[in-house]
Amino acid sequence: MRARRIEETIFKGLMLASLVLVLIMLAGIIVITVYKGAPALTLSMLVETPKGGYYLGKEGGIANAIVGSLLLALGASFCSILIAIPVAFGLQKEYTSWRYAGFTKLVLDVLWGTPSIVYGAFGFVVMVYFGLRASLLGGIIVLTLLMLPIMVRSMEEIIRTIPLELKEISYAMGTTKIETTLAVVLRQALPGIVTAVLLAFGRGIGDAASILFTAGYTDFIPRSIFDPVASLPLAVFFQIGTPIPEVQERAYASALVLLLIVLCVSLISRILSHRFSKNIVR
Amino acid sequence: MPHISLKNLSIAYGHHRVLQDVTVNIPDKQITVIIGPSGCGKTTLLKSLNRLLDLNEDVKVTGDVLIDGVNTYDGNADILALRKKMGFLSQRPYPLPMSIYENIAFGPKVHRMSKDRIVQQINDLEGRMVQVPSKKNGQMDILVESYLRLAGLWEEVKDRLHTPASRLSIGQQQRLALARALAVEPEAILADEPTSALDPLSAQLIEKQFKFLKKNYTIVVVTHILRQARRIADYVIFLYLGELVEHGPAEKVFDNPSDERTRAYVSGEIS
Ligand SMILES: Nc1ncnc2c1ncn2[C@@H]1O[C@H](COP(=O)(O)OP(=O)(O)OP(=O)(O)O)[C@@H](O)[C@H]1O
Ligand SMILES: [Mg+2]
Repeated sequence: MRARRIEETIFKGLMLASLVLVLIMLAGIIVITVYKGAPALTLSMLVETPKGGYYLGKEGGIANAIVGSLLLALGASFCSILIAIPVAFGLQKEYTSWRYAGFTKLVLDVLWGTPSIVYGAFGFVVMVYFGLRASLLGGIIVLTLLMLPIMVRSMEEIIRTIPLELKEISYAMGTTKIETTLAVVLRQALPGIVTAVLLAFGRGIGDAASILFTAGYTDFIPRSIFDPVASLPLAVFFQIGTPIPEVQERAYASALVLLLIVLCVSLISRILSHRFSKNIVR
Repeated sequence: MPHISLKNLSIAYGHHRVLQDVTVNIPDKQITVIIGPSGCGKTTLLKSLNRLLDLNEDVKVTGDVLIDGVNTYDGNADILALRKKMGFLSQRPYPLPMSIYENIAFGPKVHRMSKDRIVQQINDLEGRMVQVPSKKNGQMDILVESYLRLAGLWEEVKDRLHTPASRLSIGQQQRLALARALAVEPEAILADEPTSALDPLSAQLIEKQFKFLKKNYTIVVVTHILRQARRIADYVIFLYLGELVEHGPAEKVFDNPSDERTRAYVSGEIS
């Protein structure tokens, strides 16, 4: 009895310690980013593009990177959703044999684990082949490839947890596969789909390596999808590498903006997910 | 000729043979109860009637399931039309992920029933000409109300038709499932242990509803609760290890069984 109680205490302690460790690291990231970046986060940082001498600590802001990152991530999320939803639903056993579905999932898992610089290099090779230069379009395409495996796999996991009985009930009323998929399975999976999109968005907006060669970098806001585009991760990367303290501070400000965007999107997806789950019985 | 009749029906999952050579006529407009120990193939038999078995991989069916004279396992049978004829209640009543109202309207909408058809359906159901309000979706409102009344749920939900069905109690969800199944105008109702997730009071309501509905529908209920079988059955099918051991009118099977195994089962010696 004593031994079991000690065991219980030890495991409780371990869990608590791990939790505290995670929270401390998270708090550390946030505190340092805010502490170092907040002073530089002025209004002109948010609304102006870099002026002459910006990288020496003079005027201007990172509006080019903010707008660029939003365009890249939202564009890629949109494209990924369009592709991922049919694929994820198609992997259900009604449509695909388990053998083929299993193979597809394996491929997606490998793609998920592939370092993003590999996506970048791949995108670069393709673009050189077609004679394209770094552009918003190139960035969106590569980010879509990067986000797809995450979206498809997380959506598929959610769809698989939907009880067979629920589908049976729908089929028993004389519905076709597609009617059941769209009217019942999709609705039931909606909260999970929102979460999957958020996960992929987070990876997409924060990635620097894949868009380094494919989206490029510029001080201007792109006027068409064929123009190069700036992004927050690369803004952080370039500014933190300079020896000038004012510019380094701006790197933290850029990182803070990135954090805030991810936070906002998380909150929005939480609200949506909550709203969608009220119809659902597990 | 009964609506539902089985001839030499055998079913196997892969190499595992579950039902062997079942031949039985299911009487119209009565409650037929399928009883038998766990794992004997009751659910399998029930799901063969609306081809819900097709959702499982690797199911082999031989023999005939005749519904209105048509063999449903015939290659070119219209499965969707067949399933529409057979309302289905599952063991756990999952509401569709939508409001109470939409749960009932789901079937008629999927089957793209026209306004006139819906009005016709309501008139048939109520046995009189029903005044349909002229507002938008007026006929659907009436339809939803009629079926909720038929399933004995209307009074409890009339003030919250547009709230999520997931918020109903389990007992109410099962009656919602009944109303939802009835709304596609089936000829028969198939129920797989419909009260096993329910409290006794809700179970009683479902039983009462079945007894009321049997004047218009053929009802097939799977149950492992013998007392429930005695309460509601007109006709009994007793399965044992995949074999149809005995079938016949309820009094006969319960009070004067001809097979030793049936006697042992209904007296509670084996379970
Ligand atoms: N999808 C399946 N794949 C393989 N075997 C199955 C499948 N479903 C059921 N079986 C097997 O078929 C047999 C009959 O199952 P069934 O569900 O019809 O029994 P049941 O009489 O409904 O039992 P219970 O009273 O426990 O619900 C069991 O031995 C079961 O293991
Ligand atoms: Mg069963």
